[in-house]
Amino acid sequence: MKLYIKYDINLACRVILQEQLEKFNIKYQLLDLGEIDFKENLSEETYNNLQEALSKYGIELLDNQKSQLIQKIKDTIIEMVYEKDKLPTSTISSYLADKLNLSYGYISNIFSENTYTSIENYIIMQKIERAKKLIIEEGLTLTEVSYKLNYSSVAHLSGQFKKTTGLTPSMFKRIVDKRRGIAKE
Amino acid sequence: MISKDQSPINIMLADDDEDDRNFFNDAMKELKIKNNLTIFKDGKDLMDYLNKPDTVLPHILFLDLNMPCKTGNECLKEIRQNPKFKDISIAIYSTSSSERDIENTFIDGANIYIKKPNDFSKLKKVLKEVVNLNWQFHTSGLNKDTFFFSI
Repeated sequence: MKLYIKYDINLACRVILQEQLEKFNIKYQLLDLGEIDFKENLSEETYNNLQEALSKYGIELLDNQKSQLIQKIKDTIIEMVYEKDKLPTSTISSYLADKLNLSYGYISNIFSENTYTSIENYIIMQKIERAKKLIIEEGLTLTEVSYKLNYSSVAHLSGQFKKTTGLTPSMFKRIVDKRRGIAKE
Repeated sequence: MISKDQSPINIMLADDDEDDRNFFNDAMKELKIKNNLTIFKDGKDLMDYLNKPDTVLPHILFLDLNMPCKTGNECLKEIRQNPKFKDISIAIYSTSSSERDIENTFIDGANIYIKKPNDFSKLKKVLKEVVNLNWQFHTSGLNKDTFFFSI
Protein backbone atom coordinates (compact mmCIF):
# COMPACT_ATOMS: atom_id res chain seq x y z
CA MET A 1 0.00 0.00 0.00
CA LYS A 2 1.43 3.37 -0.93
CA LEU A 3 1.03 6.36 1.36
CA TYR A 4 1.96 9.94 0.72
CA ILE A 5 3.97 11.83 3.28
CA LYS A 6 3.93 15.49 3.98
CA TYR A 7 6.64 16.75 6.28
CA ASP A 8 7.85 19.97 7.79
CA ILE A 9 11.61 19.85 7.60
CA ASN A 10 12.11 22.91 9.78
CA LEU A 11 10.07 21.38 12.56
CA ALA A 12 11.82 18.03 12.22
CA CYS A 13 15.24 19.71 12.53
CA ARG A 14 14.20 21.70 15.57
CA VAL A 15 12.94 18.60 17.32
CA ILE A 16 16.09 16.64 16.48
CA LEU A 17 18.26 19.48 17.79
CA GLN A 18 16.25 19.74 20.97
CA GLU A 19 16.42 16.02 21.61
CA GLN A 20 20.16 15.86 21.01
CA LEU A 21 20.99 18.94 23.07
CA GLU A 22 18.93 17.65 25.96
CA LYS A 23 20.70 14.30 25.74
CA PHE A 24 23.99 16.09 26.39
CA ASN A 25 22.49 18.26 29.11
CA ILE A 26 23.42 21.49 27.36
CA LYS A 27 21.74 24.78 28.20
CA TYR A 28 20.71 26.47 24.98
CA GLN A 29 18.21 28.59 23.16
CA LEU A 30 17.08 27.90 19.62
CA LEU A 31 16.89 31.09 17.60
CA ASP A 32 15.67 31.34 14.00
CA LEU A 33 16.48 28.20 12.08
CA GLY A 34 20.19 28.00 11.68
CA GLU A 35 21.15 29.52 15.02
CA ILE A 36 21.64 28.04 18.48
CA ASP A 37 22.68 30.18 21.39
CA PHE A 38 24.70 28.03 23.80
CA LYS A 39 24.21 29.42 27.28
CA GLU A 40 27.51 27.98 28.49
CA ASN A 41 30.84 26.99 26.96
CA LEU A 42 31.11 23.41 25.77
CA SER A 43 34.12 21.23 26.49
CA GLU A 44 35.88 20.02 23.36
CA GLU A 45 34.74 16.48 24.12
CA THR A 46 31.09 17.44 24.45
CA TYR A 47 31.29 19.55 21.31
CA ASN A 48 32.77 16.69 19.31
CA ASN A 49 30.26 14.19 20.67
CA LEU A 50 27.41 16.53 19.84
CA GLN A 51 28.80 17.02 16.29
CA GLU A 52 28.95 13.27 15.86
CA ALA A 53 25.43 12.73 17.13
CA LEU A 54 24.04 15.45 14.88
CA SER A 55 25.95 14.31 11.81
CA LYS A 56 23.82 11.17 11.71
CA TYR A 57 20.92 13.45 10.86
CA GLY A 58 22.90 15.44 8.32
CA ILE A 59 23.09 18.37 10.71
CA GLU A 60 26.41 20.10 11.09
CA LEU A 61 27.51 22.77 13.55
CA LEU A 62 29.26 25.63 11.82
CA ASP A 63 31.78 26.97 14.26
CA ASN A 64 33.69 28.96 11.77
CA GLN A 65 32.51 32.54 11.40
CA LYS A 66 33.39 32.59 7.75
CA SER A 67 31.38 29.44 6.99
CA GLN A 68 28.42 30.94 8.77
CA LEU A 69 28.63 34.10 6.76
CA ILE A 70 29.01 32.21 3.49
CA GLN A 71 25.98 30.10 4.34
CA LYS A 72 23.99 33.23 5.19
CA ILE A 73 24.95 34.82 1.87
CA LYS A 74 23.90 31.68 -0.01
CA ASP A 75 20.64 31.43 1.93
CA THR A 76 19.85 35.10 1.29
CA ILE A 77 20.52 34.67 -2.42
CA ILE A 78 18.36 31.55 -2.60
CA GLU A 79 15.56 33.34 -0.77
CA MET A 80 15.88 36.22 -3.18
CA VAL A 81 15.68 33.96 -6.23
CA TYR A 82 12.96 31.61 -4.99
CA GLU A 83 10.69 33.12 -2.45
CA LYS A 84 10.04 36.58 -3.71
CA ASP A 85 7.88 36.38 -6.72
CA LYS A 86 9.83 39.12 -8.31
CA LEU A 87 13.47 39.80 -7.59
CA PRO A 88 14.22 43.11 -5.84
CA THR A 89 14.32 46.20 -7.98
CA SER A 90 17.22 47.69 -6.05
CA THR A 91 20.62 46.41 -7.06
CA ILE A 92 21.56 43.02 -5.71
CA SER A 93 24.67 44.35 -4.00
CA SER A 94 22.76 46.90 -1.94
CA TYR A 95 20.12 44.30 -1.13
CA LEU A 96 22.73 41.89 0.25
CA ALA A 97 24.64 44.60 2.06
CA ASP A 98 21.45 45.80 3.74
CA LYS A 99 20.18 42.35 4.63
CA LEU A 100 23.49 41.23 6.13
CA ASN A 101 24.47 44.61 7.54
CA LEU A 102 27.98 44.47 6.10
CA SER A 103 29.73 46.26 3.25
CA TYR A 104 29.33 44.60 -0.12
CA GLY A 105 33.08 44.68 -0.73
CA TYR A 106 33.66 42.62 2.41
CA ILE A 107 30.85 40.16 1.65
CA SER A 108 32.04 39.67 -1.89
CA ASN A 109 35.69 39.05 -0.91
CA ILE A 110 34.88 36.49 1.76
CA PHE A 111 32.52 34.72 -0.62
CA SER A 112 35.01 34.49 -3.48
CA GLU A 113 37.89 33.39 -1.29
CA ASN A 114 35.93 30.54 0.21
CA THR A 115 33.70 29.32 -2.58
CA TYR A 116 36.03 29.82 -5.56
CA THR A 117 33.31 31.70 -7.39
CA SER A 118 31.85 35.19 -7.28
CA ILE A 119 28.50 36.24 -5.83
CA GLU A 120 27.39 37.35 -9.29
CA ASN A 121 28.14 33.90 -10.74
CA TYR A 122 26.43 32.21 -7.84
CA ILE A 123 23.30 34.29 -8.32
CA ILE A 124 23.22 33.45 -12.02
CA MET A 125 23.67 29.78 -11.21
CA GLN A 126 20.70 29.84 -8.81
CA LYS A 127 18.54 31.78 -11.26
CA ILE A 128 19.23 29.28 -14.03
CA GLU A 129 18.51 26.42 -11.60
CA ARG A 130 15.16 27.99 -10.89
CA ALA A 131 14.57 28.52 -14.60
CA LYS A 132 15.17 24.79 -15.13
CA LYS A 133 12.64 23.92 -12.42
CA LEU A 134 10.06 26.33 -13.82
CA ILE A 135 10.48 24.86 -17.30
CA ILE A 136 10.40 21.22 -16.25
CA GLU A 137 8.20 21.10 -13.16
CA GLU A 138 5.77 23.89 -13.85
CA GLY A 139 5.80 23.79 -17.63
CA LEU A 140 6.08 27.56 -17.91
CA THR A 141 6.84 29.17 -21.24
CA LEU A 142 10.09 31.05 -21.65
CA THR A 143 8.19 34.33 -21.55
CA GLU A 144 6.67 33.41 -18.19
CA VAL A 145 10.04 32.25 -16.84
CA SER A 146 11.83 35.40 -17.92
CA TYR A 147 9.15 37.49 -16.26
CA LYS A 148 9.32 35.53 -13.00
CA LEU A 149 13.10 35.82 -12.84
CA ASN A 150 13.20 39.46 -13.82
CA TYR A 151 15.02 39.12 -17.14
CA SER A 152 14.47 42.01 -19.51
CA SER A 153 13.50 39.66 -22.35
CA VAL A 154 13.34 36.02 -23.43
CA ALA A 155 16.49 36.64 -25.42
CA HIS A 156 18.27 37.74 -22.28
CA LEU A 157 17.15 34.61 -20.41
CA SER A 158 18.09 32.29 -23.28
CA GLY A 159 21.43 34.01 -23.61
CA GLN A 160 22.27 33.57 -19.97
CA PHE A 161 20.93 30.02 -19.97
CA LYS A 162 23.16 29.12 -22.92
CA LYS A 163 26.15 30.86 -21.39
CA THR A 164 25.72 29.01 -18.11
CA THR A 165 24.93 25.54 -19.42
CA GLY A 166 26.08 25.54 -23.02
CA LEU A 167 22.59 24.52 -24.07
CA THR A 168 19.56 26.51 -25.19
CA PRO A 169 16.46 26.19 -23.00
CA SER A 170 14.67 24.24 -25.73
CA MET A 171 17.53 21.77 -26.12
CA PHE A 172 17.55 21.37 -22.37
CA LYS A 173 13.83 20.59 -22.30
CA ARG A 174 14.19 18.14 -25.18
CA ILE A 175 16.97 16.26 -23.40
CA VAL A 176 15.04 15.99 -20.13
CA ASP A 177 11.89 14.86 -21.96
CA LYS A 178 13.79 12.21 -23.92
CA ARG A 179 15.54 10.98 -20.78
CA ARG A 180 12.20 10.61 -19.05
CA GLY A 181 10.88 8.79 -22.08
CA ILE A 182 13.73 6.31 -21.73
CA ALA A 183 13.16 5.89 -17.99
CA LYS A 184 9.55 4.94 -18.57
CA GLU A 185 10.49 1.96 -20.77
CA MET B 1 21.25 23.94 4.13
CA ILE B 2 24.56 23.45 5.85
CA SER B 3 27.32 21.92 3.73
CA LYS B 4 30.94 20.90 4.07
CA ASP B 5 32.89 23.39 1.96
CA GLN B 6 36.39 22.14 2.43
CA SER B 7 36.39 18.37 1.87
CA PRO B 8 38.37 17.31 -1.23
CA ILE B 9 36.68 16.46 -4.49
CA ASN B 10 37.25 12.91 -5.84
CA ILE B 11 37.95 12.80 -9.54
CA MET B 12 38.34 9.82 -11.86
CA LEU B 13 39.56 9.68 -15.42
CA ALA B 14 39.54 6.96 -18.06
CA ASP B 15 41.68 7.72 -21.11
CA ASP B 16 43.77 5.39 -23.24
CA ASP B 17 46.23 8.10 -24.34
CA GLU B 18 49.24 8.51 -22.04
CA ASP B 19 49.90 12.15 -22.95
CA ASP B 20 46.29 13.04 -22.27
CA ARG B 21 46.47 11.30 -18.90
CA ASN B 22 49.64 13.11 -17.83
CA PHE B 23 48.29 16.36 -19.02
CA PHE B 24 45.05 15.90 -17.09
CA ASN B 25 47.06 15.07 -13.97
CA ASP B 26 49.01 18.33 -14.30
CA ALA B 27 45.83 20.32 -14.77
CA MET B 28 44.24 18.88 -11.62
CA LYS B 29 47.37 19.62 -9.56
CA GLU B 30 46.94 23.30 -10.41
CA LEU B 31 43.35 23.39 -9.21
CA LYS B 32 42.70 25.55 -6.16
CA ILE B 33 40.08 23.14 -4.89
CA LYS B 34 41.55 20.17 -3.03
CA ASN B 35 41.14 17.02 -5.10
CA ASN B 36 42.04 13.33 -5.28
CA LEU B 37 42.58 11.98 -8.77
CA THR B 38 42.44 8.33 -9.87
CA ILE B 39 43.34 7.46 -13.45
CA PHE B 40 42.49 4.44 -15.59
CA LYS B 41 43.92 3.43 -18.93
CA ASP B 42 40.74 1.91 -20.27
CA GLY B 43 37.03 1.46 -19.70
CA LYS B 44 37.24 -2.10 -18.46
CA ASP B 45 39.68 -1.25 -15.64
CA LEU B 46 37.45 1.65 -14.70
CA MET B 47 34.27 -0.42 -14.52
CA ASP B 48 35.98 -3.23 -12.62
CA TYR B 49 37.19 -0.74 -10.04
CA LEU B 50 33.86 1.08 -9.74
CA ASN B 51 32.03 -2.17 -9.21
CA LYS B 52 34.17 -3.21 -6.25
CA PRO B 53 32.12 -2.91 -3.06
CA ASP B 54 34.49 -0.72 -1.01
CA THR B 55 35.53 1.68 -3.75
CA VAL B 56 35.14 5.31 -2.76
CA LEU B 57 33.00 6.70 -5.55
CA PRO B 58 34.14 9.82 -7.37
CA HIS B 59 32.17 13.07 -7.40
CA ILE B 60 33.03 13.44 -11.04
CA LEU B 61 34.25 11.04 -13.70
CA PHE B 62 35.84 12.05 -16.99
CA LEU B 63 35.44 9.62 -19.89
CA ASP B 64 37.21 9.76 -23.20
CA LEU B 65 34.80 8.60 -25.87
CA ASN B 66 37.36 6.78 -27.98
CA MET B 67 38.84 3.96 -26.00
CA PRO B 68 39.59 0.43 -27.15
CA CYS B 69 37.91 -2.55 -25.48
CA LYS B 70 35.17 -0.54 -23.73
CA THR B 71 34.23 2.83 -25.21
CA GLY B 72 33.25 5.88 -23.22
CA ASN B 73 29.68 5.46 -24.41
CA GLU B 74 29.49 1.87 -23.20
CA CYS B 75 30.84 2.91 -19.80
CA LEU B 76 28.34 5.78 -19.65
CA LYS B 77 25.37 3.53 -20.33
CA GLU B 78 26.57 0.88 -17.90
CA ILE B 79 27.11 3.42 -15.13
CA ARG B 80 23.73 5.07 -15.63
CA GLN B 81 21.98 1.72 -15.40
CA ASN B 82 23.28 1.25 -11.86
CA PRO B 83 21.49 3.28 -9.16
CA LYS B 84 24.54 2.95 -6.94
CA PHE B 85 26.30 5.46 -9.21
CA LYS B 86 23.53 8.00 -9.55
CA ASP B 87 25.36 10.74 -7.70
CA ILE B 88 28.45 10.62 -9.91
CA SER B 89 28.69 13.47 -12.42
CA ILE B 90 29.90 12.18 -15.75
CA ALA B 91 31.89 14.32 -18.15
CA ILE B 92 32.40 13.01 -21.66
CA TYR B 93 35.05 14.44 -23.85
CA SER B 94 35.26 13.94 -27.50
CA THR B 95 36.45 15.56 -30.70
CA SER B 96 32.94 15.62 -32.13
CA SER B 97 31.06 18.90 -32.17
CA SER B 98 27.90 17.64 -33.82
CA GLU B 99 24.79 18.85 -32.01
CA ARG B 100 23.23 15.46 -32.53
CA ASP B 101 26.12 13.69 -30.79
CA ILE B 102 26.07 16.18 -27.95
CA GLU B 103 22.34 15.81 -27.44
CA ASN B 104 22.51 12.03 -27.53
CA THR B 105 25.34 11.99 -25.03
CA PHE B 106 23.23 13.98 -22.59
CA ILE B 107 20.21 11.80 -23.25
CA ASP B 108 22.33 8.75 -22.47
CA GLY B 109 23.05 10.23 -19.06
CA ALA B 110 26.12 12.43 -19.27
CA ASN B 111 26.14 15.68 -17.28
CA ILE B 112 28.98 17.38 -19.06
CA TYR B 113 30.16 17.37 -22.66
CA ILE B 114 33.56 18.72 -23.57
CA LYS B 115 34.64 19.30 -27.15
CA LYS B 116 38.36 18.64 -26.97
CA PRO B 117 40.06 21.90 -27.94
CA ASN B 118 43.32 21.68 -29.90
CA ASP B 119 45.14 23.87 -27.49
CA PHE B 120 46.47 22.34 -24.29
CA SER B 121 46.09 25.50 -22.28
CA LYS B 122 42.48 25.88 -23.41
CA LEU B 123 41.76 22.30 -22.39
CA LYS B 124 43.33 22.98 -19.00
CA LYS B 125 41.06 25.98 -18.53
CA VAL B 126 38.02 23.94 -19.52
CA LEU B 127 38.85 21.10 -17.15
CA LYS B 128 39.28 23.49 -14.25
CA GLU B 129 36.02 25.21 -15.06
CA VAL B 130 34.19 21.90 -15.18
CA VAL B 131 35.55 20.67 -11.86
CA ASN B 132 34.79 24.01 -10.25
CA LEU B 133 31.24 24.03 -11.58
CA ASN B 134 30.64 20.48 -10.43
CA TRP B 135 31.94 21.42 -7.00
CA GLN B 136 29.52 24.37 -6.87
CA PHE B 137 26.67 22.00 -7.62
CA HIS B 138 27.89 19.56 -5.03
CA THR B 139 28.33 22.07 -2.21
CA SER B 140 25.07 23.87 -2.86
CA GLY B 141 23.02 20.69 -3.04
CA LEU B 142 21.76 21.45 -6.54
CA ASN B 143 19.93 18.92 -8.65
CA LYS B 144 22.31 16.59 -10.49
CA ASP B 145 19.51 15.17 -12.65
CA THR B 146 19.24 18.48 -14.50
CA PHE B 147 22.91 19.37 -14.31
CA PHE B 148 24.14 19.87 -17.86
CA PHE B 149 27.14 21.72 -19.13
CA SER B 150 28.38 21.77 -22.66
CA ILE B 151 31.56 23.51 -23.68
